[in-house]
Amino acid sequence: MATSSKGLFGSSLARKYWMAVSGLFLCTFLVGHLLGNLQLFVSGEEGRLAFNEYGHFMTTFPLVKVLSWVTYGAIFLHTVDGIMLAIQNRAARPVGYVKEKQSANASWASRKMALLGTLTLFFIIIHMKSFWYEMHYGSLGTDANGNKDLWTLTVTAFEQWWYTAFYVVAITGLAFHLSHGAQSAFQTLGINHPKYTPIIQKTMTAFAWLIPAGFVAVAVFLFVVQPGQNL
Amino acid sequence: MDLTLKIWRQNGPQEKGEMKTYPISGVEEDMSFLEMLDYLNDKLINEGIEPVVFDHDCREGICGMCSLFINGEAHGPGRKVTTCQLHMREFKSGDTIYIEPFRAKAFPIIKDLMVDRSAFDRIQRAGGYISVNTSGNTIDANAIPVPKENADKAFDAATCIGCGACVATCKNSSAMLFASAKISQFSLLPQGQPEAKERVLNMVHQMDLEGFGNCTNTGACEVECPKGISLENIARMNRDYLFASLSSNK
Repeated sequence: MATSSKGLFGSSLARKYWMAVSGLFLCTFLVGHLLGNLQLFVSGEEGRLAFNEYGHFMTTFPLVKVLSWVTYGAIFLHTVDGIMLAIQNRAARPVGYVKEKQSANASWASRKMALLGTLTLFFIIIHMKSFWYEMHYGSLGTDANGNKDLWTLTVTAFEQWWYTAFYVVAITGLAFHLSHGAQSAFQTLGINHPKYTPIIQKTMTAFAWLIPAGFVAVAVFLFVVQPGQNL
Repeated sequence: MDLTLKIWRQNGPQEKGEMKTYPISGVEEDMSFLEMLDYLNDKLINEGIEPVVFDHDCREGICGMCSLFINGEAHGPGRKVTTCQLHMREFKSGDTIYIEPFRAKAFPIIKDLMVDRSAFDRIQRAGGYISVNTSGNTIDANAIPVPKENADKAFDAATCIGCGACVATCKNSSAMLFASAKISQFSLLPQGQPEAKERVLNMVHQMDLEGFGNCTNTGACEVECPKGISLENIARMNRDYLFASLSSNK
């Protein structure tokens, strides 16, 4: 048998591996991001100084900088690869069905990954403009320790109801994206076993809802408590 | 039973098709779906209308020839049945039934409801076999010990009849359930090992060339498969392809 293959680049399966690997890496990023956000539960001057110290560390420590570039790379790869797959998938059925009952055999989230992914990307762009861009290139004031005052920027953003509402909607979209994607990545990488797959599915489903719930909890806390007003 | 049938009519591969409506009465609930179409065609012929073209052969769920996307589902509303095993008792008098061909770029329509599924044959030819010397010294298959569990799983994979319901159902028109079943039936057995790497690489390569979409693990194929082929096979193919890509010389 002569071999013909495009190996780990170009084939349909390879594109899926890259989706899975970049997606799982971004899942670990979410955990790190959420741990940072949890500091926002500490209000007052103490919380402000600690959060800004953390912000300074996250933008200057070399290892974190390397990780942040890997994260940008993963988002780029996940997006471009996802678009390429979506284009191929649509091209694979040029004439659609007149009547199609997709809900009979697949979950809503699993059928709407491209839409949910696009919503998430849109959110990431706005989110990075709000905080990442301001932290790196904006003109932020400084706190008592001389660190850029990312805390005040953050808490004032979430004092606005529409900002918090947009954030909650976007994170809910992310939760649905993860509810399919996080466990599906294991299947794509060939990790399917009668003993372990049920555990993986339960763990990743819990992950998909609990991590976004954490993000939402912080946002709602900031909106309700309005720590910027009580300083 | 009185029914309203909405059927896709298309004269040839390059022609433009459309849904046409055919009211029909006198359908009995004990008719199979295909018998109901035979009954319709008899009436159409008597009326001087060209009968509806559809694929069929064994009419007992083993050949994989019948297809049809009925009321939005491959092989209709039943589970683990082919269209020929679907009976009219699943429907009520007064129902409107949509009948469409399996749709995919890789399954071009020949006429009406009949599609060309030879893309599957080409995937099979790319590696869905084992090379055995048959010149008189063939070893008895049972001489090689096979774990019972693997034998069962290989057999389950081999029950795929290649009907194409997986492709028709998949929102991406992906053929991965089919390809993975045809790869798994060999990769689970010792006889399949000598060509295992080439097999998975070649069959996936051919599948890509045919223009099928990519799997997004919605699981719809497994639900609609008349033979209940498991998604476990897709994971096995993914795993085998990954290792084969990393370790093959080409």
